[in-house]
Amino acid sequence: MPPLTRWYIKLALVNLVLGLLTGALIAAQPQLRLPAALSAAGPVYVHLLVVGWITQMIFGVAYWMFPKDSAERPRGSDHLAVATFVLLNVGLAVRVVIEPWHLVAPGVARGWLLAGAAACQWLAGVGFVLGMWPRVKGR
Amino acid sequence: VSLLAGFTLGAALLAHRGVGTADGALLWRWRPAHVELLLVGWMVQLVMGVALWIFPRFGVHRSRWALPAAWLAFGSLNAGVLLAATGPALGGYGGAALLAAGRAAEITAALAFAAALWPRVRASGLSEM
Repeated sequence: MPPLTRWYIKLALVNLVLGLLTGALIAAQPQLRLPAALSAAGPVYVHLLVVGWITQMIFGVAYWMFPKDSAERPRGSDHLAVATFVLLNVGLAVRVVIEPWHLVAPGVARGWLLAGAAACQWLAGVGFVLGMWPRVKGR
Repeated sequence: VSLLAGFTLGAALLAHRGVGTADGALLWRWRPAHVELLLVGWMVQLVMGVALWIFPRFGVHRSRWALPAAWLAFGSLNAGVLLAATGPALGGYGGAALLAAGRAAEITAALAFAAALWPRVRASGLSEM
């Protein structure tokens, strides 16, 4: 298993725990009188699981298991693969912190950080497609 | 393609939440399409494609229906995603009809996929689990 895949899978497991924890905290927020920002964390809960856990696990396993690009570069461009990983996780992390905050207390700087998070995740999607497209082929 | 389209819609929605100035009602009508493209068009389709690639083939009785069923699953799934993604954005009775047709196509895809894969779900002889 290549190092990048190990990073993908370990961060996917962290996001699984964080996602389930967020769901539990959202459910407990009214009873335990937790911060109001948690009531705005619904999209964060969904995206921790769907992007941080499932998509990240798919990206990591696909990078590892899909047919080789070529003998010289079996997994394509290393720089593109690392950039995809970093952009996906930076984008998600910024979103997780900023989105509930911005929904409860909107601010210009937080708004632009959210737009930056969107750009990072979109670029990660583009990077994954560019890296994987030549590897979807017959033997 | 679905991943890219779904990520693009999602990024536009998140960016609008951050810095959008107009009310964005028109953009947010595409939120169901964002979900549909990523959950069904990307994740379900990837699982189906990889399963058809990876599952055991050797020693399986070759049904003449398996290959057409797999292609039917592929065609129906993608037609279903397209219809179910655009229906809610268009709204009205026409949109609801498109959504219903999309769901019907997706059910057809699931049935065809199950028929294609069913005989290939078998023990390998290598593992007890």
